[in-house]
Amino acid sequence: MWTILAINSVTFGGLLFLLSAGFSLIFGLMRVPNLTHGSMFMLGGYIGSTAIVTWHLSFWLAAALAAAAVAVFGGVVERLLLRRLAGSVLAQVLVTLGIAFIVSDFCLMVWGGDPISIDTPSALSGGTRTLGVYFPTYRIAIILIAVVIAALLWALLERTRLGAMIRAGVDDPEMARVVGIRVSRLFTVVFCLGAALAGFGGFMGAPILSVYPGLDFAMLPLALVVVILGGTGSLIGSLVGSIVIGFIYNFGLVLLPQLAYFILFLPMVVVLVLRPQGLFGRAAP
Amino acid sequence: MTARRVILAVALLVMATVPLWVPGNYYISVASDILIYAIFTLSVDLLIGYAGLVSLGHGGLFSLAAYTVAVCLGAGFGHFSAILLAIAVTLAGTAVFAALSLRTTGVGFIMITLALGQIMWGLAYRWVGLTGGDNGISVASRPAPFGITLATSAHFYDATLIVFALCLFAYWVFVNSAFGGSLKGTRDQPRRMSALGYHVWLIRFCAFMFSGFLAAVAGILFAYRAEFISPPTAALTASAEPVLMAISGGSGTILGPVVGALLVEIVKNVASAYISRWNMMLGAIFVLIVMFMPEGLVPGTARLVRRLRAQRAKAPTT
Amino acid sequence: MTALAVRDLQKSFGGLRVTQGIHLEIAPGERRLIIGPNGAGKTTLFNLIAGDLRPDGGSIALFDRPITRLPTRARAHLGLARTYQIITLFPKDTLLRNVTLSLLGLSRLRWNPLARLDRQAHLIAQAESALARVGLGAMAHRSLAETSYGERRRVEIAMALAQNPRVLLLDEPFAGLSIDERGEVKALLASIPRDITIVMIEHDMDVALDFAERISVMHFGAIAVEGTRAEVVADPRTKEIYLGE
Repeated sequence: MWTILAINSVTFGGLLFLLSAGFSLIFGLMRVPNLTHGSMFMLGGYIGSTAIVTWHLSFWLAAALAAAAVAVFGGVVERLLLRRLAGSVLAQVLVTLGIAFIVSDFCLMVWGGDPISIDTPSALSGGTRTLGVYFPTYRIAIILIAVVIAALLWALLERTRLGAMIRAGVDDPEMARVVGIRVSRLFTVVFCLGAALAGFGGFMGAPILSVYPGLDFAMLPLALVVVILGGTGSLIGSLVGSIVIGFIYNFGLVLLPQLAYFILFLPMVVVLVLRPQGLFGRAAP
Repeated sequence: MTARRVILAVALLVMATVPLWVPGNYYISVASDILIYAIFTLSVDLLIGYAGLVSLGHGGLFSLAAYTVAVCLGAGFGHFSAILLAIAVTLAGTAVFAALSLRTTGVGFIMITLALGQIMWGLAYRWVGLTGGDNGISVASRPAPFGITLATSAHFYDATLIVFALCLFAYWVFVNSAFGGSLKGTRDQPRRMSALGYHVWLIRFCAFMFSGFLAAVAGILFAYRAEFISPPTAALTASAEPVLMAISGGSGTILGPVVGALLVEIVKNVASAYISRWNMMLGAIFVLIVMFMPEGLVPGTARLVRRLRAQRAKAPTT
Repeated sequence: MTALAVRDLQKSFGGLRVTQGIHLEIAPGERRLIIGPNGAGKTTLFNLIAGDLRPDGGSIALFDRPITRLPTRARAHLGLARTYQIITLFPKDTLLRNVTLSLLGLSRLRWNPLARLDRQAHLIAQAESALARVGLGAMAHRSLAETSYGERRRVEIAMALAQNPRVLLLDEPFAGLSIDERGEVKALLASIPRDITIVMIEHDMDVALDFAERISVMHFGAIAVEGTRAEVVADPRTKEIYLGE
């Protein structure tokens, strides 16, 4: 029983990583906690599910579509709205809040109030039994996918020019501008990337979590917790933080259901109060 | 300025006579809700507009008061004790919120208050033994101050209006006071204020406490109005709405939050008969206001009116 | 008795030592000028004295009273006032309100949530005379946003003087001012009575040298040359420090 819980924790951690890696990059680079991020996660789930159920696309095509569609949405939001408010972080935060409200109702309008769940792709359904424990294949797959994406993101940040620019922007946006980095273009790229990751995560999570109204505002605070614990702009921090939160969340619900949210958010509050820059990353502004 | 006085007088008259001209108990209850959310929005805007701190966790304080009333009544307490306890408990909760979130300002403050509000929601949702979880708690009866029953919508509205008027007056006195001046100073130039001898943290803390008190009043009124309390009252959306209301109406003004609450509640309750997606409208209006009229509706409209007047004054007479 | 005594003050940011063992003794009523090339650590020194920064070592005393551990606001109550390089006042408010806020900072009234601020006749009268003292009495009801930079600098000085400080720290008061405005501020500073000790950071040599009695030249976070105006001007090290820049 504990093994299953552990597997589920790491799986949930994987989904959280997909959700919060983007949030962390956006926050680190643009200094804006993107309150639309949970909505993007949910949108990915809805769009991907529709792709499978209504348009009969394959699972992976649907996943790609979900990521792409949400990335486009993110791009539109960033260029049309956030860029106009450059310089006022507070205004940008408020706009993302307003958009979260719009998306929440939009999804309710289009997809209705009932939870939508999709089947795990046949190639990944079922499980394997080794060492006396049942390992659901899909959940293991999510963990692997999250790790692969983490590796790809790491490669992007550490080994490419774009990544270097992003890291520079996170460390010191003023300096980055002076050095000639097109920071506003970078913002759009990172925002789209974060959105794509969130949308992808929302779709990958759909067979497990389903997609339902309220998923957006349920996931958003979790992204916040992971990023605060792991440090803004830190990839390792997001990964470790996601897994830790995955464990706290799942085990907490089983062991201390009444205080589940309490123990989930308390570490975040403690960290914010004692160490505003999180456990790994650089100083939050 | 007389045009303004006339508008205010008319508004007062309209508000005082609501039970007479509003059609039906449902809409009278909506009117009560408008006043309740106006008080709640004032409590949130005290921090946004005057302290420069955006809280996304005030739903936690609002619901703390409402739940305390419900739980106390359920445990057999009388109305007076329940209300007193609700205020005391919420003030204690506010002190904790303030002590934790005032470690930072700006975005950090938004995030800590969001987390604290979520903790309250989590407790409401999961501490089923105390809060009834998703099922909520019913409030069996309303108080009868001086023997006058508040069971009817009309009477409850009148009582709410009196409380609202008292809160509005207290708010007006507070923001125009010397302390209010200190608070506004910390909003604009906290570093300079320290150098001038002000205790910036303590000023913010005291403002937060008054804000928590107003949120408690609103929460208590809400518990009695709805005669029921459940976890959605503590959810993130419940904390976000007053922020939207305050900024839309005009943060840092006295009428702005009231107008904002009026706007949102009307959209929610009245327009929703014609427009089914009011959250979307609310979000859209909010985004438009942040983008194009960031000072909010009340100051923004006043500015437009002034400009129109100036243009008309310049126009040649025919 | 010294008005301001700084002993062996140290401050580092990460690996960078910005303040290295500074010794400073300023007599009551003195006019001290602190000069030095950019990056010498002058404003950091002011921030340490005022309490915005905590030193890593050393001590600060105001009229022989140790203030090293005191927060900024407490130092204001003990008679320390300062102005800033970049003027940060309250642009949405009138000049009168700006100065009133300064007076309020030292008054018990600042905690009063009932008394209407714009009805406090006593406070307002004091604010009006503080503005008159710097020649801005007629503009009391103008919004700060509608004033020139030079006028704002004078408002800032009015706010500092309104608190009847014992020690006044001026951080580049002439920066950004036109020739005329400089003359006005110079006259204003000259008129400040001797019961206020003044320490000034400045770059503009013409105006500042006139004003100074004693000069401390800072370089790389330490005091390199110190003495009377004549001594410092004649000292070859002073030229070296500036030419080396």
